[in-house]
Amino acid sequence: MRVVVEKRDTRSKRMAILIPLVSFIVSLMLGAIVLIASKSNPLQAYGAMLNGAFGNARRFQYTIVESLPLLMCGLGVGIAFRLKFWNIGAEGQYVWGAIGITWVMQFWRFLPVPMLLPVGLAVGMTLGALWAGVPGFLKAQWSVDETLTTLMLNYVAIGLAEYLYINKWKAPLGNMGTPEFPREAWLPQIWGKVHAGIFIALALVVLLWFLLYKTRWGFELNMIGKNPKAARYQGVSIKRNIVLAMILSGAICGLSGSVNTAAIAHRLTKGVNAGYGFTGIIIAWMSGLNPFASILVAVVMAALTTGADALQIAMKLPESMGEVLQGLVLIPLLAGSIFVEHKLKFIKKEAA
Amino acid sequence: MMDFITKLLAATIAMGTSLTFATIGEIYTEKTGVLNLGMEGTMLMGALTAFASTLASGSLYVGLVVAMLTGGMLSLIHAFLCVTMRANQVVSGLAITMFGTGLANFLGQRLGPVSNNYNLVGMNLPKKFDNIAIPLLKDIPVLGAFFDVSILTYLLYLIIPFAWFFMYKTKHGLAIRAVGESPKTAAAMGLSVSRLRYLYTIIGGMFAGLGGACLSLSFTPSWNDGMTGGKGWIVIALVIFATWNPGKAVIGTLVFGGITSLQFSLQAAGIKMVIPTQFLAFAPYLITFFTLSVMTILNQNRKGAFASPSALGSSFAIDDK
Amino acid sequence: MEHITKHFPGVLANDDVSLELYPGQVLALLGENGAGKSTLMNMLVGLYRPDGGTIHIRGELAEIHSPQDSMALGIGMIHQEFMLVGNMSVAENIVLGLRDLPLVPKLDEIKARITELSKRYGLQVDPDAIIHDLSVGEQQRVEILKLVYRGADILILDEPTAVLTPGESRDLNNILKKMLSEGKSAIFITHKMDEVIEFSHKVQVLRRGKTVNTCDTKDVTPRDLANMMVGRDVLFSLDRCPFNPGGIKLKVDHVTVDNPLGSRPLLDDVSLEIHRGEIVGIAGVAGNGQTQLTEAITGLLRCNKGTIAIDGRDMTNATPLQVIKAGVSHIPADRGAMGVVGDMSVGENLAMKKYRTEEISRGAVIKKTFMRAFADKLIKAFTIKTPDQDTCVKFLSGGNIQKTILAREIDSCGGVLIAVYPSRGLDVGATEAVRQNLISQRDKGNAVLLVSEELEELQMVADKIAVMFEGKIMGLRNVKETNTEELGMMMAGAGSVRREA
Repeated sequence: MRVVVEKRDTRSKRMAILIPLVSFIVSLMLGAIVLIASKSNPLQAYGAMLNGAFGNARRFQYTIVESLPLLMCGLGVGIAFRLKFWNIGAEGQYVWGAIGITWVMQFWRFLPVPMLLPVGLAVGMTLGALWAGVPGFLKAQWSVDETLTTLMLNYVAIGLAEYLYINKWKAPLGNMGTPEFPREAWLPQIWGKVHAGIFIALALVVLLWFLLYKTRWGFELNMIGKNPKAARYQGVSIKRNIVLAMILSGAICGLSGSVNTAAIAHRLTKGVNAGYGFTGIIIAWMSGLNPFASILVAVVMAALTTGADALQIAMKLPESMGEVLQGLVLIPLLAGSIFVEHKLKFIKKEAA
Repeated sequence: MMDFITKLLAATIAMGTSLTFATIGEIYTEKTGVLNLGMEGTMLMGALTAFASTLASGSLYVGLVVAMLTGGMLSLIHAFLCVTMRANQVVSGLAITMFGTGLANFLGQRLGPVSNNYNLVGMNLPKKFDNIAIPLLKDIPVLGAFFDVSILTYLLYLIIPFAWFFMYKTKHGLAIRAVGESPKTAAAMGLSVSRLRYLYTIIGGMFAGLGGACLSLSFTPSWNDGMTGGKGWIVIALVIFATWNPGKAVIGTLVFGGITSLQFSLQAAGIKMVIPTQFLAFAPYLITFFTLSVMTILNQNRKGAFASPSALGSSFAIDDK
Repeated sequence: MEHITKHFPGVLANDDVSLELYPGQVLALLGENGAGKSTLMNMLVGLYRPDGGTIHIRGELAEIHSPQDSMALGIGMIHQEFMLVGNMSVAENIVLGLRDLPLVPKLDEIKARITELSKRYGLQVDPDAIIHDLSVGEQQRVEILKLVYRGADILILDEPTAVLTPGESRDLNNILKKMLSEGKSAIFITHKMDEVIEFSHKVQVLRRGKTVNTCDTKDVTPRDLANMMVGRDVLFSLDRCPFNPGGIKLKVDHVTVDNPLGSRPLLDDVSLEIHRGEIVGIAGVAGNGQTQLTEAITGLLRCNKGTIAIDGRDMTNATPLQVIKAGVSHIPADRGAMGVVGDMSVGENLAMKKYRTEEISRGAVIKKTFMRAFADKLIKAFTIKTPDQDTCVKFLSGGNIQKTILAREIDSCGGVLIAVYPSRGLDVGATEAVRQNLISQRDKGNAVLLVSEELEELQMVADKIAVMFEGKIMGLRNVKETNTEELGMMMAGAGSVRREA
């Protein structure tokens, strides 16, 4: 008997929901194996993680705070993905956002203090937008492969940031890092640890949902992503839209960096490239480019991280366990993704 | 001055060995059309398993073998996801990197001896791959550095020309190139696209593991969290820079490796250069970015030998209508 | 091949088809697009597996699981879309995947053998040339060499002359004759009557996955074949108003489009005028510049010389959007690849022309209710068969996909309608609907440009016919003042220019 993979007649909505669920369960089982192998009780471990992520108000707040940059990067990357444009440069764009707001906070003191934050965010967005716009333009105009260009630019941004916080913009005291932002210009906290960035993030979700599903531009982006030849034939300008979408994508990832820096670190320092950009790519992919789904996915990914911190304390497991689990979550999901559009067919051997 | 250059070259070669192994592996993988962004995680796992198994067994060669097996297995997962399950290659690679990096750091705190609280950090290897100098040749000014290297590097000297020859002169290389350029044609000609992609993704992973082992068993014989420090990403850049030609991988390695080594050497020598060291750190990526862009712009009709394999990154199914 | 059956999602491609081939014989598999010819042959070469039925080669049962199995049996196929690796050489392409190739292939030996074979059959080709530097005709020769090099006995050619000039077709015929004299056989997949008559000994007609008839070529006329292929007498009359053209709507003036691959231009000093209320047909073998002409007009292809004007306004090298705004509707040749976005719904595809207008949007926002109402209206008016307007368009049958495109383009037509091979692959009912629609548009006063491979369609529908050959317009005639013979000659180059082999 042979097993053959065959394309479905219609896209299975049932599978689209079932697959992520089943995958998640499979990954929990895989994670359990790893845990058992390192002499830990999986149930206890998962329990500790859940507790660590959502156990009490403070932990819940931490999880939310962690999910915000993930959500925003996921949204940003999602726009590019709509066009089948692989913006792997989210990490670099995020970093530029951090650089941007630091620049304003440190050097634009001629502005009245209440203006520092909004201007900082705007500058961060602009820098992120430019960093994404260049590879976007290169692809639109000359078909330069975007996966590779955006990937390379990440490390340029990270390197530049390092130069700034170790060297050029370093605060006089201490090993590294720029001086702290003025307190009045920090992003205010609204509920415990949760800061005002949550409003920005949620506003983005609604805005993007509207943009992608309700406007003409969203319709055109959809066309380009699914069949650029047909889109061109309908008069949609592919080049212009690629660049526009990339600019928007970079702006959002940059905003993510600015917001997070203004809210958490309050300075540019080591650790600015915390992987939010890269994880954002994964979030965009997992949420199927649906802005609302991104919220759920971002929270889950954040929970894995904060939960893993708790693991370290509660069960003396290294925090890298969180990364292991995150990777493990993805693998069954990736394997299962094929079943949304394909099904298995069992063919009996033909009579000899 | 000559002394400085020679030392620089020696450091470059030492680090470059690790990079070049992984680069050649990834070139083969990408030439069949599979993009494996899991290099960083794979190399790190290679470094870890090499160190841990050498520590446990006392044999460096065991370390090498284990590293290659580990690398192969991780890439097997990637191959399975990308070829059989036709998943998104970018996300799969990132997932492998995530998983590999996390697992390596995790195991690094678990596979050590009891005496060190199971931690591998801070442990020392009983021995490492020392340099073997070829008499007479090693005394050539500057270039003598090429002949005073570890056995791993000598192995590399053999592998590079072999890798080039295999790719361009044998029928297997022909098959590889066809699969990456036009899988449809390859399938019609009777080649098994999936078998080839599986094979060379796994081989690529084995080489990545080997590259990682070079780091922990020779270059900096130790284990530290995340000790590959982004080298896996440089490898991706190197593949592009080498225009997917195994023979050219060396050029990139020397250039990039040289820049990175320069960075460290300058720091060590306490010399303050006009160009800050961080710039040297990201210079390879910037160079690759420009090279790729310029090459693509100049080769608009894709006639040059500089283009990436046409089918890179996309999945292939024989009855895609 | 006996009682072969094959399913695809939603479609029964081959329904109990049986076929016989003898040595030294050429069998033509005739049928319209979608009749199941390619599918049947793909099973013979191991790309598909039959769901039912058996295959016997030289009397023995054959299990063909892969292209290598079929090659081992001496079967080789040349697809419509050549299976060649663009950036590798001729020699490399020919030996790719060869089972008994040594580890390090001896290129000199291989090249010598290639040269010998090419001389034997008249297939001139340079073994070192890189594929993407070669012309289409040369590439086809490489494909034939591939098969011959591997000792293929049974050659399957899929629409081989579709991409050849008449001279190259004649060369192909000679090559085949040499091979047949050695006992090889061939199967031709085609939908062209003249190919059948010229090349084959026997013809088997397929329609909708079933065999309609099998007979000796000398016993049938093209008319008989057409009937078998289509199912009823092809000539039927269409309602039309008397021919009463208005002013010039679309004017193409000395347009030349260069060919980036060197040789002759894609469009060579082409001039054409279309008046309001008239249908101008473009005849000619596909690949002689017809598609390029329509793309030049619609802004999808850049003109190097000449001008294009609509209503007197210069539209040379305008963007597709500008052309659409000038009222041009375009039904493209490649409907799946260009005409629709497969992964989007029927409703969305219908809205793709007018989504910018008040009918569907308010400002930047698309009003879903408007869009749905609009889609319902069109689905009804054009009887598009679909479960609902939210189904992805790629799941519709070819005919219904074309109806969707038609509905969209005709509904939004603002003066010029360009239709390229619009009835290709459609069943008779759909074809009639298409032609009637074209005539209605012309009666309404629109200017219609119809590109078609079938002279009969043009003679039925168009008011004037222009014949294109090698990027030039050979002549423009009123449909009533010309006949098939004259048009056929122009299609072949007017007989005055003979291509050397």
